[in-house]
Amino acid sequence: MTEITPLWEVFIRSRNGLSHKHVGSLHAADAPLALQAARDLYTRRGEGLSIWVVPSKSIVASDPADKDMLFEPTASKIYRHPTFYDVPEEVGHM
Amino acid sequence: MASTSISLRLTPIARYLLRRADDGLILGHRLSEWCGHAPMMEEDVALANIALDLIGQARLLYGYAAETEAAGHTEDDFAYLRDVDAYENILMVEQPNGDFAQTIARLFLYSAFIDSYWRRLAESSDTTLAAIGAKAEKESAYHLRHAGQWVIRLGDGTSESHQRVQKAIDLLWPFTGELFEADADEQVLIAKGLVPDPKALRENWQTLTGQVLCQATLTVPPENWMQRGGRHGNHSEHLGHLLSELQFLQRSYPGATW
Repeated sequence: MTEITPLWEVFIRSRNGLSHKHVGSLHAADAPLALQAARDLYTRRGEGLSIWVVPSKSIVASDPADKDMLFEPTASKIYRHPTFYDVPEEVGHM
Repeated sequence: MASTSISLRLTPIARYLLRRADDGLILGHRLSEWCGHAPMMEEDVALANIALDLIGQARLLYGYAAETEAAGHTEDDFAYLRDVDAYENILMVEQPNGDFAQTIARLFLYSAFIDSYWRRLAESSDTTLAAIGAKAEKESAYHLRHAGQWVIRLGDGTSESHQRVQKAIDLLWPFTGELFEADADEQVLIAKGLVPDPKALRENWQTLTGQVLCQATLTVPPENWMQRGGRHGNHSEHLGHLLSELQFLQRSYPGATW
């Protein structure tokens, strides 16, 4: 089944704008059918205004074994969080 | 709600509304039979979505029929308390689902007609009919795209899928004549500009289905004898079985609500 209908990752941009967000995955034979299936599976309750589908095999993922090397060093750098100054309201969404 | 069948005193417009509603309800019910049985989960949800669209369209039409009939009937009465011969859907929509190819072929042949039909209805001089047409057209446009894409993939897929969908098209083709029928009562509504003339949509339907079947490497069946009778309550044996399931609860437990 998965050879005929490979896996696709689905990204939806919601009504309130901002960026496309990953919502899940599905099986489909090709891009047009993947887009239709994404519409049927993930926008049934008015969730979205735009859909992206991406073949799952195109996604390059980090290795969980590299977790410490990749992510641990940031834990001690709290000064990177924008919590030490006030963001003016005019800036809007950051 | 009583268990006995209702008797109808239908004006031409109410009868027209029931016929179009019956098409939607019966096809919607047929598609709902795939729920839990479709070849893949994605298609299971797609067919259930489409079934819900069609049943939703039927509800709008039944509701308006109840309003124009003004005999105290509700949309539920029309659905649950009419016997087979009081249903006036076209015969194509009551045909059994068959395999996936047959279900898709039926949805395609119907959608290729009804999508342009709803678009024309949206121009009706009756504002309620126009609103129903405008809402339904957005849904049927998607049904047409979905079914059309599948017809192309099945037709131009494997030799097995090609043979199955060709068989389905050949089987259903004699049922397509009824799509374009309009009796004398409906002619009056057409003349008043209330509803579109289905005959006027035939050429467009032939072009559209021809293009998709060609792209699907399928053969358009030759012009031949057409099956008819549904619009006057003369149905195939399949509708009674369908209604026995659809109406079971109200027939066995009259007035049941939940």
